[in-house]
Amino acid sequence: MVMSVVWAVLLGGSIICALVTGRGQMLSAGVMQGAQSGVTLAISIAGSLCLWAGVGRLMEKIGFTAALARLLRPVTGRLFPSTREDPKLAQALSANICANVLGLGNAATPPGIEAAQRMAKGCGGRASDELCRLIVLNTASIQLIPANVAAVRSALGCGRPFDILPAVWLASLCSAGMGLLMAWLLGRISHD
Amino acid sequence: MTDYLVPLLLLFTALIGLRKGENTYDILLGGAAEGLSLLKTILPSLILLLTAVSMFRASGGAELLSRLLGPVFSRFGIPPECAMLVLVRPISGSAALAVGSELMARYGTDSQIGRTAAVMLGSTETTFYTLSVYFGASGIRKTRYTLPAALFADLVGLLTASWSVRLFFS
Repeated sequence: MVMSVVWAVLLGGSIICALVTGRGQMLSAGVMQGAQSGVTLAISIAGSLCLWAGVGRLMEKIGFTAALARLLRPVTGRLFPSTREDPKLAQALSANICANVLGLGNAATPPGIEAAQRMAKGCGGRASDELCRLIVLNTASIQLIPANVAAVRSALGCGRPFDILPAVWLASLCSAGMGLLMAWLLGRISHD
Repeated sequence: MTDYLVPLLLLFTALIGLRKGENTYDILLGGAAEGLSLLKTILPSLILLLTAVSMFRASGGAELLSRLLGPVFSRFGIPPECAMLVLVRPISGSAALAVGSELMARYGTDSQIGRTAAVMLGSTETTFYTLSVYFGASGIRKTRYTLPAALFADLVGLLTASWSVRLFFS
């Protein structure tokens, strides 16, 4: 539903702007060019995407993600105290966080949902503070290796697609940290 | 240093896999095939959204939007050209990828705009989608302060993306 609105707004906006600026011819050329560039983009990132999906699976199989989970345990244990009593929750949660950190967004969702369901049990449809924190952490996306973006950059001819890594790390750390801080603040002042 | 990060990670995973007696090559193949099916699922939305983005760009709408929001964005250090990316990022992941890659193609991957777009894409998530998936699956109706906190995290991410690109690349 949201996407239908986005679609309609973009098309309506384009036509109005084209009428105002007198770029009708460019607009109609843009339709086909855009559709074509969707395919070009998808194909040009296909290689890196598949490679990374393969590496992601390998990292999981050889216990890389489990090791990372152990490394992060001091932090996750503090943010999510109930993981100490519920080992299955702890497992799902660390799988979720590790997949996010390694830039495997699609692998992050299933364990993330499992963790959310375990946290929501017995809450009567009201999000607990921990569940809010879990979702804020997921929307803030802490990534060590943003594989998709690097794929797009190299597809466009960038010689060093990974040179943005430090900037990505700084930005996602700030965003996750401030998001959690905001969640904590709002949790203190809200009375619902 | 970042030049060696990914090649070394590839080697590292291969060696550990070998030592553990795993058939690393088959595992990689299986994962790569999975990547292909992921590509199949995002291809249709990339085609549709790049059509819309390309129309919006060709009509002069993107220019207009960045000129309209430019004064506000520049005040916070965000390149005005990234205005549309900032607007669609929390709503749709594919749309953001479409807008972001269009920005990188137009202004160059190593330009300040191109890098900012890349860092924005890499350091934020599709907030509304994530919220609806997680709350939907866990049957939560009272979401309390999650949305404002998540949107605040997005805002900080988009701002620090612009600042950190300037910090690291100028």
